[in-house]
Amino acid sequence: MRKVYLDHNATTPTHPEVVKAMLPYYGKIYGNPSSIHQFGQEARKAIDEAREKVADFIGAIQEEIIFTSGGTEADNFAIKGIAYANEKKGKHIITSSIEHHAVLNPCKYLEKQGFQVTYLPVDKYGLVDPDEVEKAITKETILITIMHANNEIGTIEPIAEIGKIAKEKGICLHTDAVQTVGKIPVNVNKLNIDSLSLSAHKIYGPKGIGGLYVHKGIRIQPLIEGGHHEKNRRAGTENVPAIVGLGKAVEIAKTTLDKESIYLTNLRDGLCSGIGEKIDSVYLNGHPVKRLPNTLNMSFEFVEGESIILNLDMKGIAVSSGSACTSGSLEPSHVLKAMGVEPAIAQGSVRFSLGKDNTEEDIDYVLEVLPEIIVRLRAMSPLYRKQKG
Amino acid sequence: MKYSEKVMEHFRNPRNVGEIENPDGIGHVGNPVCGDIMELYIKVENNIIVDAKFKTFGCGAAIATSSMVTELVKGKSIDEALAISNKAVAEALGGLPPIKMHCSVLAEDALKSAIDDYLKKQG
Ligand code: FES
Repeated sequence: MRKVYLDHNATTPTHPEVVKAMLPYYGKIYGNPSSIHQFGQEARKAIDEAREKVADFIGAIQEEIIFTSGGTEADNFAIKGIAYANEKKGKHIITSSIEHHAVLNPCKYLEKQGFQVTYLPVDKYGLVDPDEVEKAITKETILITIMHANNEIGTIEPIAEIGKIAKEKGICLHTDAVQTVGKIPVNVNKLNIDSLSLSAHKIYGPKGIGGLYVHKGIRIQPLIEGGHHEKNRRAGTENVPAIVGLGKAVEIAKTTLDKESIYLTNLRDGLCSGIGEKIDSVYLNGHPVKRLPNTLNMSFEFVEGESIILNLDMKGIAVSSGSACTSGSLEPSHVLKAMGVEPAIAQGSVRFSLGKDNTEEDIDYVLEVLPEIIVRLRAMSPLYRKQKG
Repeated sequence: MKYSEKVMEHFRNPRNVGEIENPDGIGHVGNPVCGDIMELYIKVENNIIVDAKFKTFGCGAAIATSSMVTELVKGKSIDEALAISNKAVAEALGGLPPIKMHCSVLAEDALKSAIDDYLKKQG
C-alpha cells in the first residue's frame, strides 16, 4: 500500500544528511564539551559551529542562542525566565488565545504565581490584531508572547508590527517560531523580537533539541540550574549529537527554503482545490494567503475528524485533526474555537501538513481516496440527512 | 491511545448502519463531553427487538460502540436490552482506551432513549 505522510507540522523525517552529520558524535567524538582536553575540545568545536549556523540563519549572534531540549523547553524558559527576571518592573503578560500549549500552560502557571495574563482574541482567520496588542499594554506589562505561525491552521501573525509596538514601549517580545524557522524566512531584527523559540524536528532535524534566541541585554532567569553550561543560562551537559543535527538541519534549510516553499505552496494549493472540486460542504480554516506554505486545514461538514483520520490511516495516509475526539482532552481545538468556528465544523477539521518528500502522486492518491471516505462517513451521519431534508 | 483490533474491525465494517422505516422506537442523544451525536432505531415484535440500526456523528469508538450495541440488542427482550450497560458494550469490543469510555456511554444512552420512546408509544 502507498504510504503518504502529511503530518509534517507534528514532526518530520530526519534528513539523511543530518543523521550522517550526527553519527560521529555517537562514536569516536564523545568528549564532554566542558572538558579542557582534546576529547572535550573537539565536541566544543562542534557545538560552536552549530551555534554559529543557527545564529546566522535567524540573523542573531552566537551568544544569543541557547540550546534547549526542544521548542517546549524554549517556550517555558522564555516565558517563565523573562517573567521572573523582570517581575519587579511589573507582572503583566500579553499572549494570544491560539498559542501552543507550550506557551499557554506556562502562562497559566504564572497566573497562579500572581502574574496577570491577557489572552488576546483572534479574527476568523486566526490573526492577532496589533492594535489589540497595543491596547492591552499597561504600565505593568513586561512580556508579550505571540506565536509566529500557528501549528494547526498555519496562519502567520504580524510579528514585525507587534514587535514595533513592543519596541516603542520598551516591552520584551517573545515569539514561538517552532513552525516557521526553516519554513519561511525568519530574521530576528526584521521581526523586532527579543526572544524566539525554535525546534529541530520540525525541519528534518532530530527530536529532543531546540533553541532559544535571547537578544543581548534581555534579562532572563534560568529554568534549569546546575553547571556553567550555555553561559550559565541552561545547565546540563550539552546534547552534542543533537546540537550538531540541529546545525546541519538549518544549514540545509538555508539553501532549500526558497525553492521548497514555492514547491509546497503549489502542491498544497493543488490539494486544496482538488478537495473543493470533489467534495461539497468543505471549509478552509486559516488565512487564505498569510499562511505557512505547507499547511492546509479543512473542515468536512457532517463528519467527525477522528473518523476521517482513522479511515485515511487505513489507506496509508497520515494526517491530524482538531477534533475533540482526538485531542486527548476531549475539548475541540482551542484554536478553531478562538476563531469562532462552530463546534460541529471544528469537529470535522483535518490538518494536512506537507513536506519536501511529498509528490504530485501523493496528492493524487489523497484526492482519489478521500472523497469516498467522506461519502461513506456522511452516509453514516445523522447530521447529513437532516441537512438534506 | 490505541484501539483494540475488535474496535477497528467494527469501525471498518460497522454493522446495521442506517435507519429503519417506521421504527417502533428512536433514540437521539448527544455526547455532552465531546459534542458527538448518535441515533438508534429499533423494531420490536412481541417484546423482542427484532432489528436495530444506527447513525452516528462521532469518533472511531463512537462508531464501533454504535455498531456493537445494535448487534447486542438484536433478539433481546426489552428487559434484557435495558440491562445492557456501556461497560458491556466496551467489553464486547475488547475494551476501550480509558479516555474513550465516555463514547460507550453514548451508545448506552441511545439504546435507553430508543426503548423509552418505544415504551412511551406503547402507552
Ligand atoms: S464520542 Fe466523541 S470522542 Fe468518542
